Amino acid sequence: MQPLDPVELARLTLKEAVLDVTEFRGETTIVVDPARIVEVCRFFRDTEGLEYIFLSDITAVDYFPQEPRFALCYHLYSMLYTRRLRIKVFLPGDDPRLPSVTSVWPSADWEEREAFDMMGIVFEGHPSLRRVLMPEDWEGHPQRKDYPLGYEQVQFSFNYDDIDRTKPYAKE
Amino acid sequence: MSDKTLQTTGHTQQLTDWQGTVAELKNLVSPRALTGETMLLNMGPQHPSTHGVLRLLLELDGENVVSCIPDVGYLHTGIEKNMEAKTYEQAIVMTDRMDYLNPMGNNLVYCLAIEKIAELDVPERAQAVRVILAELTRINSHLVWLGTHCLDMGAMSVFLYAMREREMVLDMFEMLSGQRMMSTYFRPGGLWRDITPEFLPALNKFLEYFPAKIDEYETLLNNNPLWIDRTQGIGVITPEDAIAWGCTGPTLRGSGVNWDIRKAMPYMGYEKYTFDVPLGEHGDVYDRYLCRIREMRESLRIIKQAVATLPGGPFRSQNRKYVPPPRSELGTSMEAVIHHFKLWTEGFTLPKGEVYVSIESPRGELSCFLSSDGTNRPHRVHFRTPSYVHTMGAIPKMSKGAMLADLVGIIGSVDIVLGDCDR
Repeated sequence: MQPLDPVELARLTLKEAVLDVTEFRGETTIVVDPARIVEVCRFFRDTEGLEYIFLSDITAVDYFPQEPRFALCYHLYSMLYTRRLRIKVFLPGDDPRLPSVTSVWPSADWEEREAFDMMGIVFEGHPSLRRVLMPEDWEGHPQRKDYPLGYEQVQFSFNYDDIDRTKPYAKE
Repeated sequence: MSDKTLQTTGHTQQLTDWQGTVAELKNLVSPRALTGETMLLNMGPQHPSTHGVLRLLLELDGENVVSCIPDVGYLHTGIEKNMEAKTYEQAIVMTDRMDYLNPMGNNLVYCLAIEKIAELDVPERAQAVRVILAELTRINSHLVWLGTHCLDMGAMSVFLYAMREREMVLDMFEMLSGQRMMSTYFRPGGLWRDITPEFLPALNKFLEYFPAKIDEYETLLNNNPLWIDRTQGIGVITPEDAIAWGCTGPTLRGSGVNWDIRKAMPYMGYEKYTFDVPLGEHGDVYDRYLCRIREMRESLRIIKQAVATLPGGPFRSQNRKYVPPPRSELGTSMEAVIHHFKLWTEGFTLPKGEVYVSIESPRGELSCFLSSDGTNRPHRVHFRTPSYVHTMGAIPKMSKGAMLADLVGIIGSVDIVLGDCDR
């Protein structure tokens, strides 16, 4: 089977789900509708001539202060035709959520958990959307652009009363 | 926390929190765990065979693993966030600290991403040296894996031999960069400096010395009945599962899937060298062991070809918008002084755009997503690290139904580095 052009085929089959197509340094990015992401991923995985069977990575990007603020990049790889494709969705800054693709690729599980942990993007239908890198009781999502780089003050004292007064930890 | 401690401190809040965690576990472990039929056991984060700080929550039925829930993040240092606050050149230093057994590979993938956005040329000589060092790093990493994997399984002597040979590789890194592990030797557009005069003789000595040592490891292990008993038929993963669960590198090739990024999508001139991709058949711990051992031989083959055809010429690009001028020019050229000042204060800026670059690290696909917004700092850097995917996916998948003692072998055979996993 000859490799087919993913852009042409996506425009034909998925129609209005394809919002935009960009090309940069030989990499193709297809921007799609977040509500239809599962259908789109299934299409790229199962269509003969495309067969992007391997999900390399899901990257969450924060374009603060632009709107739509968040983007998710799904990096797909086709082992048969040795080529890559990037599927991109844009999400609004308040309440970013979209369906999970764990049913298409099991490896999306922990990539989505990382995106939730670091950026606060909610994946509907994910089997267990928990924090993965940060502690369970952590507040906020550190990879967001409006999250400060330094938070906790460095302690220059061994006087515990002094530390207790300034250190921001939970007290009863 | 036991009930007694709770009563003495009087933290009623903690008690309810603790019950909430049990409710959360309901989706992760089988219902039998909640009735007490199976046992929940923590392995790690301070367990010697978890290669760092990996915590596995195991549900055990006798000695059989019913489910295995990895808990990572103990080594999370926020490297991706920190890189956003540094200039492109400063941020290279952070990449060494991710996968501390593969520092050159991490430098390489980050530099490749910058070079792709900037369309920066890399001279032939720099490309060849990069290939030599990337393969030496692969040998270095595989030696540590071999040593620790065998140590986990009770074969102490291999560890000592592997560390002996690794020392030679680290000495060569020190000759080039002044550092044994965190070398930061690759820079956008080429190398930090040209290879030093003592490097090539040391490398040639190593090329002569090392093949016999690989034979030695194989004599110790390949037909060793104890080794075979503990590795063959353990931790089997089928090719279909390995692809679906995101396995890459020797973990995928152990199952017989022929995918090596050096062959499939060559970078840094890998298409010029002849080498084979070792494949396993059964997808068990033993086949993954064989794959890695053979990969060391293939790495030697690549290094030999690269040394034989090592071109002369500049060791980094002459594009002064991205690469600083040599110090000798600073005394005579005003333009060089300006470039020097600009590059070491403000740094360079990249055109606006996003790229995704992947290389074959010793553990599998290591990729860098780099997004540039036209300033002198990366807008977003994300690393797709093989250890993260393998820890979260391959280990629970392979360990389902395995014996507790075999879990140690399974963790060793996927070769995880927790610095790489948690970033």
